[in-house]
Amino acid sequence: MEVEIAELTFEVALQELEETVGRLEAGDLTLDEAIALYERGQKLATHCNTLLDQATLRVEQLTADGEIVRREE
Amino acid sequence: MFPSLVDRPDSPAETWSVTELTAYIRELFDLDLRLQEVRVMGEISNFLQARSGHLYFTLKDEQAQLKCVMWRSSAERLRFRPQDGDAVLARGRVTVYDVGGVYQLYVEGLTPAGRGDLAQAFEQLKDQLAADGLFDPAHKKPIPSFPHKIGLVTSLDAAALQDILNVLRRRCPLVSVLIAPTLVQGVDAPAAIVRALRWLDGRTDVDTIILARGGGSLEDLWAFNDEGVARAIYTARHPIITGIGHETDFTIADFVADLRAPTPSAAAELAVPDLAELRPVLRGLQEELTTRMQTILRQNRWQVQALARALTHLGPQTRLDSHRQRTDTLLARLAQSVGRRLERDLNHLQVAQARLAAVSPLATLARGYAIVRHADGRLVRHVSDVDSGDLLQVQVADGGFGARVVEG
Repeated sequence: MEVEIAELTFEVALQELEETVGRLEAGDLTLDEAIALYERGQKLATHCNTLLDQATLRVEQLTADGEIVRREE
Repeated sequence: MFPSLVDRPDSPAETWSVTELTAYIRELFDLDLRLQEVRVMGEISNFLQARSGHLYFTLKDEQAQLKCVMWRSSAERLRFRPQDGDAVLARGRVTVYDVGGVYQLYVEGLTPAGRGDLAQAFEQLKDQLAADGLFDPAHKKPIPSFPHKIGLVTSLDAAALQDILNVLRRRCPLVSVLIAPTLVQGVDAPAAIVRALRWLDGRTDVDTIILARGGGSLEDLWAFNDEGVARAIYTARHPIITGIGHETDFTIADFVADLRAPTPSAAAELAVPDLAELRPVLRGLQEELTTRMQTILRQNRWQVQALARALTHLGPQTRLDSHRQRTDTLLARLAQSVGRRLERDLNHLQVAQARLAAVSPLATLARGYAIVRHADGRLVRHVSDVDSGDLLQVQVADGGFGARVVEG
């Protein structure tokens, strides 16, 4: 589970954040576990926000030569 | 060469009036029997329905135009509503309209050209593919709610492409787009579309494919009514969203697609989530996270406080206090029981004393009797116990004295 947060896609990070909140709600955690979950949850939320802020549509196209080239819009 | 019905100047040197020349030309048209009953195929443009009910329009193809008039009496018998862009088969007579200085087709009958054939072909293919299960809702694949890469099959020239990219950029710039350009019109279009679809479908990094084309006539959209295209969509592994033509256009590709959008822009909208809607979700989750953590901390604090209280109750001071109290109780009980015992004993003593007093000879002595003993302590009970001269001990209530027997 402890994957480097910076490498997570938005979708995966958002999903893990949802699960983290769910686990905190479920209770039956030691205080240390709860604090660790809380800290990871905050990092996940920050990561998601960063991804949203920095996102730019990436457009590629197949050329007649069968190559894939980046399109500059 | 033509037998003329018109009075006309015979010599080239003579001058014609416009009316004369126009009338002469009209005569040439009217004398050609083939122009009296023609069928002509073309596309309607500049369509106008006058208040009078007469229809005015132009029939055209790639290289030429033909002005047309359809009188109300004929127009009323039409079974469809002609409009610009319609391919039609017109039947009528060609002659010259003197006043306008034009020749035109006086239309008596008008039918949608080719449309009948196309519509028939469309229905046949639709029935056949439906029978083969290509439109089966159970076969339709779910559209990923959060795709990473959108495959796009469309023409590079069309506005549809820009529309789609604009929507994706606005709603979900997190996705990337891979365009497989294709012809979308003409006889070579179906094969090109199939090739583009297959190429994108073979890629593992593509999540959803959009097949799109902007609006056009029925003929323009015909490539999307192709059986090969339909089967390529059906057999694709990735879900396919179609956005072909306008809201009112339905193609076979739309029926087979996993999801049909009314336009290319709408297809883009259906393909990706709106990130703007996710920001509040994200904010909500973050707040929930903090609230939960605060609750957990508070609960832990309560627990500590409760334990601290419990600890105080179990501590040495409490136990000491408790012992002290017990001691006091016991002492009180002891005092109580000792007191009662003492009282009882005193009572006994008093009773005993009373009884003792009742039997004591001292009481008798007090009444004036005396106890007489010999010197050796023997009691003198009878006269015969003494002899004259004996020394006796006499005890009275408050003491004793000696006495001597005088006579016996």
